[in-house]
Amino acid sequence: MTPNQTDRIATQVINFLVLIVVLILFFLLGDIILSGFPHISWHFLTSPSSSFSAGGGIRDQLFNSLYLLVLTLIISFPLALGSAIYLSEYAGNNWRTGLIRTAIEVLSSLPSVVVGLFGYLLFVIEFHMGFSILSGAIALTFFNLPLLVRSIEGSLHAVPDSQREAGISLGLSNWRTIRGIILPAALPGILTGIILSAGRVFGEAAALIYTAGQSAPILNYSNWNPTDSSSFLNPMRPAETLAVHIWKVNTEGVTPDAVSISAGASAVLIIVILLFNFGARAIGNHMYKKMTGGK
Amino acid sequence: METYDLSQNHIVTPPEEIALSTNQLQVYYGSGSRASMTDASLSFPRFQITALIGASGSGKSTYLRSLNRMNDRIARIEGEIMYRGTNINSPKVNVYEVRKHIGMVFQKPNPFAKSISENITFALKAAGITNRQELNERVETSLKEAALWNEVKDDLNKSALALSGGQQQRLCIARALAMKPDILLLDEPASALDPISTTKLEVTLKELTQNYTIIIVTHNMQQASRISTYTAFFHLGHVIEYDQTEKIFQTPEIQATHDYVTGNFG
Amino acid sequence: MDDIQHKLTAPSKASREDVMGRIISYTCIAAIIILVISILYFITSRGVATFTANHVNLWQFLSGKEWNPGTLNANGQPQVGALPMIVTSFSVTILAALVATPFAIAVALFMTDIAPKNGAKFLQPVIELLVGIPSVVYGFIGLTVVVPFIRHLFGGTGSGILAGTIVLFVMVLPTITSLAVDALKAVPTYFRSASLALGATRFQTIYKVLLRAAMPRLLTAVIFGMARAFGEALAVQMVIGNAALMPHNLVTPTSTLTSQLTTNIGNTIMGTLPNNALWSLALILLLMSLVFNLLIRYIGKRGEIKS
Repeated sequence: MTPNQTDRIATQVINFLVLIVVLILFFLLGDIILSGFPHISWHFLTSPSSSFSAGGGIRDQLFNSLYLLVLTLIISFPLALGSAIYLSEYAGNNWRTGLIRTAIEVLSSLPSVVVGLFGYLLFVIEFHMGFSILSGAIALTFFNLPLLVRSIEGSLHAVPDSQREAGISLGLSNWRTIRGIILPAALPGILTGIILSAGRVFGEAAALIYTAGQSAPILNYSNWNPTDSSSFLNPMRPAETLAVHIWKVNTEGVTPDAVSISAGASAVLIIVILLFNFGARAIGNHMYKKMTGGK
Repeated sequence: METYDLSQNHIVTPPEEIALSTNQLQVYYGSGSRASMTDASLSFPRFQITALIGASGSGKSTYLRSLNRMNDRIARIEGEIMYRGTNINSPKVNVYEVRKHIGMVFQKPNPFAKSISENITFALKAAGITNRQELNERVETSLKEAALWNEVKDDLNKSALALSGGQQQRLCIARALAMKPDILLLDEPASALDPISTTKLEVTLKELTQNYTIIIVTHNMQQASRISTYTAFFHLGHVIEYDQTEKIFQTPEIQATHDYVTGNFG
Repeated sequence: MDDIQHKLTAPSKASREDVMGRIISYTCIAAIIILVISILYFITSRGVATFTANHVNLWQFLSGKEWNPGTLNANGQPQVGALPMIVTSFSVTILAALVATPFAIAVALFMTDIAPKNGAKFLQPVIELLVGIPSVVYGFIGLTVVVPFIRHLFGGTGSGILAGTIVLFVMVLPTITSLAVDALKAVPTYFRSASLALGATRFQTIYKVLLRAAMPRLLTAVIFGMARAFGEALAVQMVIGNAALMPHNLVTPTSTLTSQLTTNIGNTIMGTLPNNALWSLALILLLMSLVFNLLIRYIGKRGEIKS
């Protein structure tokens, strides 16, 4: 075989493999959308789930997912921001920084089920917090932190050093320079990172089944007192999320219409995550244009 | 490249009132023991422009950045920097205060990603000036001093990043002037500008000597001879010659200086 | 001393701000460090209890084939042989990586060298989309599409290593692909131009120059994918069958470390042997993720392209 023939065959093989990957994606999306869309209805989105009879909805699971996401971001964003500021602005180039980076890498490589089990051990059992939204939010924070730190650090790093010099040459403290100049300049990147991480948090289930729990008690959406056990805002109640719900109805096998519920719920999950992805890009671009005066 | 005797030098002390002086200033980068700047002892006259010239790597920018402690994070600096009777190169000194009195403008224009007026007011607000009227006055005065006011007075709320390079650099000067510093350090401020912007900038700098002491690093010898009263020639981390600008460019004492200003260098 | 001299030496608002900034950011980073240390500590201390408190022999734990923590065997020893889970976990991981790698490298080559303009424009969002699909959705599709398909072909339940491999293959594909793209992009263009200028065909360039230069980083990409596959819990748990039996072929129900953990940790009582044994499985997972991490660092350090 001549080199040219080999070249042609190899290119054909590569094209063929790429085609298969694209087909897999279309099959996946097609399957989710075709089997899921027919089940999405106003009724499906707004009625509570039922374990033993058909026709249950996902109202509480959807709300739990969103509430958990908000709580997780409230806990993890300040921590990640502070840590990213340390790494990008204060950390020297020495063994201590190397050790810190290694620790964060280790955290990011831990399987989410291990992180979830740690949350279960420490918060659910040792601290007697029980299966609760708060335990779940803390576990998700652990899971989310390393990625968020990395993306925020990247955004801070992308701000040119000349901006820092400009700040301190005016007699500003480093902190004021970071807060008033570097952070605003890095904001589009930081926001994009947060929204993308929100997508991951929204679909995560393994870290939640033993922290936020697998039950969705009936919620009272008119009770705005977060300390009341029936209030939808109570962070100490167990809360099954959408992703956990998909897992549970499929593994327990007591819900008669498990397949259609999962199909509908999967489609909702994917749609929300797609919205996050598009939103992240749109917001990032918009803010960037606004800041640079359209240039 | 010809080697010159670095120990041979000619340094004068200007008879005028001195705004800032250094005594045996040495700069070490990283943890190294080799000095990037050796024994620099210079005195800068008040309300004059002093130019620092020399080839790249001669240490002129390193020296300039040490004067308001901008090198603190990356270098170790020994020796004295005397300002108003205080050695400001002492760990006890409040560097933020130092930088308010000794402002700096950089090689590449670096306005903040904020509006034109916010670029100027940001540091003022941080310094505790909150009166709306005073802030507006300072914006106007400093933009006028930097000869930018007429071009931007209707666009104060527009993003500074939408300005041209020359305008951005004059905005950076205005931003530094708004802090009402004593001394202004400029690190090759015209290197990123076109000839017209450069001329405008030079005119501006000359006018600023009414109220400010200016020390400027430049690689452009014509620029140095046009605007400065005193000039220091740097070579390989040493100050070789420091005298009145005319003297440096017409009858220098040292061979290295002569070769550099006549273009026979290296 | 005049006023300016005083100001030059006295602390100001700016110096106080800086102290505060340091305290805030140092606290945050300290919190993360403490968190990592406590995860390692808690999982380890729970995981070794099987061997210290329940006196299970470590070797028997790793090589035993019977997993039935509630009951004793003929010698009066608890039946905690983790080998079936270990074998299954490694099987699905390695198989998934083996299948995914050629696809991933093909897609990466397509994006960087064969059709860099249109290919990248179209495939980049495809890959980001695949990364974004939650693992329960993969598990659900595995359960409703892959498992019935295998059942139809081979009989039995359809669950097992084959189903797990197929699901994991799709899950690690985008991970490996995006890292492989980075690896190929990191090879300087002049490597390619030099080879093509010598008259090499595109495939010769790819095979002899590009893949070799990018090899260490491609390996890292595959290991990243394996780490993800090894730690994946719910998607695998939904299709693997969850029977703690030694796998004899690819289509009978078995159980991975993660699926055993998720299925049973809620059904055992804290501090008892069945519970401790599960924590030991978690410890294996933790140690393996450290091993993957070390491998990635080791290869990464050796393989930096010097240009």
